[in-house]
Amino acid sequence: MSIDATDRRIIAATEAGLPLVAAPYAEIARRLDLSESEVIDRLSAMQARGVVRRIAIAPNHYALGLAANGMTVWDVDDAVASGLGARVGALDFVTHCYLRPRARPDWPYNLFAMAHGRDRAEVEEKRAVIRELLGPACRADDVLYSTRILKKTGLRLARKGGQ
Amino acid sequence: MSRRPTEPLDLDATDRRILNALQEGFPLSPRPFAEVGEAIGLGEEELIARLDRLSSAGAVTRFGPFFDAAAMGGAFCLCAMAVPAARFDEVVTKVNAHPQVAHNYERMHRLNMWFVLATETPEGITETARRIEEETGIAVLLFPKLEEFFIGFRVAA
Repeated sequence: MSIDATDRRIIAATEAGLPLVAAPYAEIARRLDLSESEVIDRLSAMQARGVVRRIAIAPNHYALGLAANGMTVWDVDDAVASGLGARVGALDFVTHCYLRPRARPDWPYNLFAMAHGRDRAEVEEKRAVIRELLGPACRADDVLYSTRILKKTGLRLARKGGQ
Repeated sequence: MSRRPTEPLDLDATDRRILNALQEGFPLSPRPFAEVGEAIGLGEEELIARLDRLSSAGAVTRFGPFFDAAAMGGAFCLCAMAVPAARFDEVVTKVNAHPQVAHNYERMHRLNMWFVLATETPEGITETARRIEEETGIAVLLFPKLEEFFIGFRVAA
């Protein structure tokens, strides 16, 4: 849709991260044989269009001592799910929050909120806060703790044309 | 990002200030580290040196632009499978072999494998899921996002 070949080269050059040098965009520009201002302008334009969501750091949660990660899931009345989801998403310990389709009979839950804590007891406390906020609009809930990271690579554009 | 520790690192107050500040965002300007450094009371060189050290120690999962596959015409989708314990390793290998699998977590539930597909076209999601079903003989449940409550993925360092 909204990216051209040069944008794509910039994405490919930055998807693994920015170089840790004083002028990182100039360094990317040098690698791609572009000007620094073109790299900055194109990244700004992509940010304005939502192609770049943010430029930031993602810390390793384990390194911060946040060893427990619970995917809390909730079966919330559809009539009020959107408004309540926004309030759950605004809680400071919730990092991702989404409404998703249910997959009955296996899966009755439509609201997903990822909660992080130092241990499972802390995640359970946070879960109780969410439960309180949802009140009677929530009919059932569960939490799925992760026991292993099996893969983590993120988006890779390089496979374009591959499959 | 030379290693990925699963134990807490020994971070000082300055490290935490850096991690918190950079989760808020990073400027698109010629000298972004100088700008961030000024805001948190660090020199440009010290900020870069600290980040380099944090990165090598494994405190950083990623630093840079985060792209939205959907805005580029592609798609993301959360998927889940109920994998019998005896077949878990075999199925992990088959699922992870697909480059479209961006991350994959084992979770405690009957649906015990949760992964995210990132594809360059919306059709790529169902195509990849169907291929995984054929290869494994196990149903892949699709949980595309209907609505997102975006707050920036921040955690207090």
